[in-house]
Amino acid sequence: MNLKQKALLKSLWVFHMSTGSCNNCDIEIIDCLTPRHDIERFGMVLVGSIKHADVLLVTGSVTRKCIPRIKRIYEQMPKPGFVVAMGECSLSRGMYINSYNCPLPLDKVIPVDVYVPGCPPRPEAMIAGIVKLIEKIKATSEGKK
Amino acid sequence: MSDILYLIIYGFVVTALVGFLASWFERKITARLQYRVGPPLLQPVYDIVKLLGKETLVPFGVSKATFLSAPLLGLASVALVSTLLWVNTLNPGKTFIGDLVVVLYLLTIPSMSMMIGGFASRNPLASLGASREMKLILSYELPFLLAVFVPVIKGGFSIKLGELLSFQAQNGVFGGGASGVLAFVVAILCVQAKIGFVPFDVAEAETEISGGLLIEYSGSSLAIFKVMKNMLLCTLPLFLIVIFFGGLRFDGINALYSLLKYIGILFLIIVIKNTNPRVRIDHAVRFFWGPVMVLAILAVVLAFKGL
Ligand code: SF4
Repeated sequence: MNLKQKALLKSLWVFHMSTGSCNNCDIEIIDCLTPRHDIERFGMVLVGSIKHADVLLVTGSVTRKCIPRIKRIYEQMPKPGFVVAMGECSLSRGMYINSYNCPLPLDKVIPVDVYVPGCPPRPEAMIAGIVKLIEKIKATSEGKK
Repeated sequence: MSDILYLIIYGFVVTALVGFLASWFERKITARLQYRVGPPLLQPVYDIVKLLGKETLVPFGVSKATFLSAPLLGLASVALVSTLLWVNTLNPGKTFIGDLVVVLYLLTIPSMSMMIGGFASRNPLASLGASREMKLILSYELPFLLAVFVPVIKGGFSIKLGELLSFQAQNGVFGGGASGVLAFVVAILCVQAKIGFVPFDVAEAETEISGGLLIEYSGSSLAIFKVMKNMLLCTLPLFLIVIFFGGLRFDGINALYSLLKYIGILFLIIVIKNTNPRVRIDHAVRFFWGPVMVLAILAVVLAFKGL
């Protein structure tokens, strides 16, 4: 693993996009920044623009309106970038599975690196998801060698 | 030759290192004030190395030269200011007439470079941020000049940084008298706006215009802007120390005093940042042209009276 990747693992900046969530997942994300969980310890911050981000965190069942937008957002992310799907909605559309408006789960629209299940996932589950992501980046970089 | 060494070693390397430390200190104190643990010591370095390793995107239809040179312009000007300040701190004899004026000019260029970058990035939110930054410059620049005028008056109308320093070494610091205290209060509020910290971070408000000026920057160009901002965290307090508190000295016990001065000012800036909400741009303009301006004029009048 080279220097760049080490630095990347220590400072993952997260951009959060809601593709029609019920807003509960989004509130749980903010929980990760509170004193109890404090993910800034690991160098993670929420950023306001996708151009600054390393991780695209998607919540919500991907609605028809959102499909072109989430694709555009994904294309604008500077590489190397990763996608984390969060909440039952974006994983499998959850309770909206029969809705006319949610034709596809997220991983049929853009490639997803890590799945965080739950409705909504607890902050602990989210941190576990991030650990999974870090393990995955490490494993792929070692596989490349 | 030695001048170039000053530029590279003190102007860039030392300032950047102190700036990284200051940026960590800022994030750590912020975290502690919110009962959090905060990031590790090397966090600013990780951030910069990571950004340098990422892809740099240039938005569609943008003038590449302007967009990518704006961060370099800002970085170069901060390095130059820091060089001038360090040279005068280490060796007051090397001063030249008007270097105070040069410093004041160069200190506006970081904000200018962010404005150029914002307008060049062809994004409505970035343009909004840039226009806010412009209004902010128009509002804080005059009180800042008046505040800097106070040490000039007290130092016998000298516009050489070196002379101001040696004057303070003989006759006591300018920050001691009534006018000095008032001018320092004005200057630290303006510095807050110059660094772009809360309460005056309207130009980059993350929750409102999602990064504002910097919204389209990514990869190494963003890294340069971040380094520039970290360096400002070293340069601006250093400037305040030079004109109000007799500069830094590194012999014996004075090194401890210097450290205390720097950390004290930095701490003050961080506490102001953490105890205030973001103000709206019209409130910021009114604040600087109203109460702050009155304070600044009062300080100048007191300085003329010799207080
Ligand atoms: S997963 Fe559950 S909490 Fe999250 S957006 Fe969907 S319905 Fe809401």
